[in-house]
Amino acid sequence: MGMENVKELLVILIGSSLVSNVVLSQFLGLCPFLGVSRKTNTAAGMGAAVIFVITLASAVAGAIYRFVLVRFHVEYLETIVFILVIAALVQFVEMFLKKAMPSLYEALGVYLPLITTNCAVLGVAITNVQKEYGILAGIVNGFATAVGFTIAIVILAGLREKLEYNDIPKSFRGMPTVLLTAGLMAIAFCGFSGLL
Amino acid sequence: MNNAGERLYNGLVKENPTFVLMLGMCPTLAVTTSAMNGLGMGLTTMVVLALSNLIISLLRGIIPGRVRIPAFIVIIASFVTAVQLLLQAYIPALNKSLGVYIPLIVVNCIILGRAESYAYSNPAIPSLFDGIGMGLGFTFALTCIGAVRELLGAGEIFGLALMPDSFVPIRIFGQAPGAFFVLAALVALQNYVKDARKKAGKSYEKIGSGCSEDCMNCSEKGCTKRFYGEDGTRKAAEPDKEER
Repeated sequence: MGMENVKELLVILIGSSLVSNVVLSQFLGLCPFLGVSRKTNTAAGMGAAVIFVITLASAVAGAIYRFVLVRFHVEYLETIVFILVIAALVQFVEMFLKKAMPSLYEALGVYLPLITTNCAVLGVAITNVQKEYGILAGIVNGFATAVGFTIAIVILAGLREKLEYNDIPKSFRGMPTVLLTAGLMAIAFCGFSGLL
Repeated sequence: MNNAGERLYNGLVKENPTFVLMLGMCPTLAVTTSAMNGLGMGLTTMVVLALSNLIISLLRGIIPGRVRIPAFIVIIASFVTAVQLLLQAYIPALNKSLGVYIPLIVVNCIILGRAESYAYSNPAIPSLFDGIGMGLGFTFALTCIGAVRELLGAGEIFGLALMPDSFVPIRIFGQAPGAFFVLAALVALQNYVKDARKKAGKSYEKIGSGCSEDCMNCSEKGCTKRFYGEDGTRKAAEPDKEER
């Protein structure tokens, strides 16, 4: 692999994890971001599960796109094929982990079913196609996106643990405060835009 | 026809998917940078929602209960693909500005939610109008949010300058953080209304009863558990009490 390739992958890695963060600037995967961010350790668990599934899904979706859809000139079926592949994949991963790696399943198991309907997984698969990434670049992009998700959800969980003790106006308790916090985090993440 | 009208009213006002049920928050935040984008996204979603409701309702005797979710997804994804190709051909500018969010209509929980909770257990015509009503409600909400963000962020609505020259646009409202702030204000307003109604002795359970209690518990209780029982089996379709 040449120097150029490594540089390109590095750009994708930083770009997808920090600069255009999946939740804070693209609004994908918002439900788990808001829903499972009450405690730092559950947030980290969710993050790990997301990293695992998105990386795997971008590899599988990338391979299917290249070797099946492009090969038979049916690229327009990508949305249908990807959503089915992802749903099946998550089910399969769940069964596989349960059998083969019970300890990992214990740690990630509860989060896996929640990821099926997570738009970030489908979003990454489609973005990989739209940006014409190769399979390797697609996997790196998926991994980086998921890492960005994990960073964001862990930070939000940390902030929410502190917010518990604050006296907040009644109407703003709960979700509005979390959204305001996320908005402030999004402003902070705007600072990364000078990075590339 | 009365039933159809009732469905439209239900989607637009009584169970507005965005303002009342708080469903489909990802596209709501992502594409409402301007009123025009919100309108485009809303109408696109409405077309998919209405057509998939219609087809699912027509096929409800044929699709076996056990595989209905994959079947719904295939039907919805087919319509999304068709709509995406039409947009690419006829309104390429809109297609470009909505980008990845067009294919992501597939995972918009409003559509799967309506398929499961209405279309799968109701006749075709009310299902079609249910889809149109919900879609119009979604369009209305996205256009409103888009208009607010465009007005604050650029001083315009639909590209028409409305603010006096002395107004300095708050650019942040056109960007990602602004979406969170506008939605936070919206939910706070909803909480306020809910509280006020509770004090007045009126129940308003519908508010925030969407996919979850205002998306917060979305993943904990989960869309899944709302539509299926704890063990993943389908809950018996509860007839809409207010309707009959």
